[in-house]
Amino acid sequence: MNYLINQYKNIKKYKFLLQQLIIRDFKTKYKRSVLGVLWSFLNPLLTLAVQFIVFSTIFKSDIPNFAMYLIIGIVFFNFFTESTSMGLISIVSNASLITKVYIPKYIFPVSKVLSSAINLLLSMIPLFIVALITGVRFTLAILLLPFSLLCTIIFCIGMSFILSTAMVYFRDTQFLWGVISMLWMYATPIFYPESILPKNLLILFKMNPMYHFIRFARAIILNGASPEFKAYLFCIIAAFVPFIIGTVIFKKAQNGFVLHL
Amino acid sequence: MIQVNNVSMRFLISHDRITSLKEYITNFIKRQLQYEEFWALKNISFSVAKGEVIGIIGKNGAGKSTLLKIISGILKPTEGSVKCDGNIVPMLELGSGFDPDLTGRENIFLNGAILGYSKDFLEDKYNEIVGFSELGRFIDVPIRNYSSGMLARLAFSIATVVNPEILIVDEILAVGDAAFQEKSKARMMELMSGGTTVLFVSHSLDQIRELCNRVIWLENGTIKLIGNTEEVCSEYSKAYKID
Repeated sequence: MNYLINQYKNIKKYKFLLQQLIIRDFKTKYKRSVLGVLWSFLNPLLTLAVQFIVFSTIFKSDIPNFAMYLIIGIVFFNFFTESTSMGLISIVSNASLITKVYIPKYIFPVSKVLSSAINLLLSMIPLFIVALITGVRFTLAILLLPFSLLCTIIFCIGMSFILSTAMVYFRDTQFLWGVISMLWMYATPIFYPESILPKNLLILFKMNPMYHFIRFARAIILNGASPEFKAYLFCIIAAFVPFIIGTVIFKKAQNGFVLHL
Repeated sequence: MIQVNNVSMRFLISHDRITSLKEYITNFIKRQLQYEEFWALKNISFSVAKGEVIGIIGKNGAGKSTLLKIISGILKPTEGSVKCDGNIVPMLELGSGFDPDLTGRENIFLNGAILGYSKDFLEDKYNEIVGFSELGRFIDVPIRNYSSGMLARLAFSIATVVNPEILIVDEILAVGDAAFQEKSKARMMELMSGGTTVLFVSHSLDQIRELCNRVIWLENGTIKLIGNTEEVCSEYSKAYKID
């Protein structure tokens, strides 16, 4: 109990720092670009345009409202790649600070994921634009969207804990992750229907947390209804199991960071 | 105020630092993962009372910076423990908490947050910081356009705007031009007379003599001598033949 109170005080004390770091990331991200924050809207739309053209003309896709199906996958998966690749270098790139002043180290990966989360929220705008154009009828189920967003964010924080720890000890992690996240993208039904997944490997695909978050979001937007109870359970497990594993690894390793930076 | 009990710090030095998985595995298979032990500090014990100004002297590599890092909580000692009451403000090496793309104003808030100041406090003291740094209208310019002197002035102004309970200074009294150096020295003196406990590392015996109540002389990770300033300084200059 005492431990929890201390943790809470700690988090409260560093809330301002967390806020400053998120503002910093967000401000510097588009600082020297002409279109600035517009890129947060343009990026998902342009990716959608490219993939839509490729997959609806070259490979004929028979998914109903393919544009909407596609952009949900793109927005969620973009957030995953962006936040984890930023989280991955967060400890190494702040080496000059970590070796000079005491700051709880979890602040760095968490702030990176949260600043990409602002981007994720901004990309809800192009998502709704596509929904309007393709005539999606929203129902009350849309109120469940924050649940899947939140689960995705928690999952990405957990992943960033694991990756940033690995990065401190092995700098190869960065290059490996580039390849793994690409493989991960193809293993997630973003532009292809779930039905083409081979039956005998289905269990393997269902181990993929991103699959559950995206599936949940598609159910509430495209079907306009809450998914079955099991889907909630899967989302919670898929978010918290990696988060807890990540926290434990990070906590164990963090005292050694200073010696390896 | 600060209690250092039997602190020892061991570093493992591998001869070529292994930073990739491939190297690690190949070396592990070849059983070449050998480390050399290096004790940067051995059984250091001392205590500092509130309001004291302690100088730490010693050659390069004597363990001065390691000791400061352990006291400020950046490093965990291999053995022993450190007890500190009160908030510690380390003077960051110039600009290490700054982001080059942000303006001076934004960096004041970022760097202040890193040093553990609250938002209300920074808003309160904002004008004082800008005033002390003498940056004037440059405060709204991204700091990648600053000269190194301007950066140093900004960093110093942010670090010393608080009256910290414990201040850790690692050789940075010589920042900015001559006029600013005078001003920053005056500010240091003001802090020291205001009841702040100061740990001060310097290679300048003159500065140590001028500022400190007590001096710790470190050599090869152990305390060679601890005592009042004059005594330790004269022994030290005798040993290294400096006047």
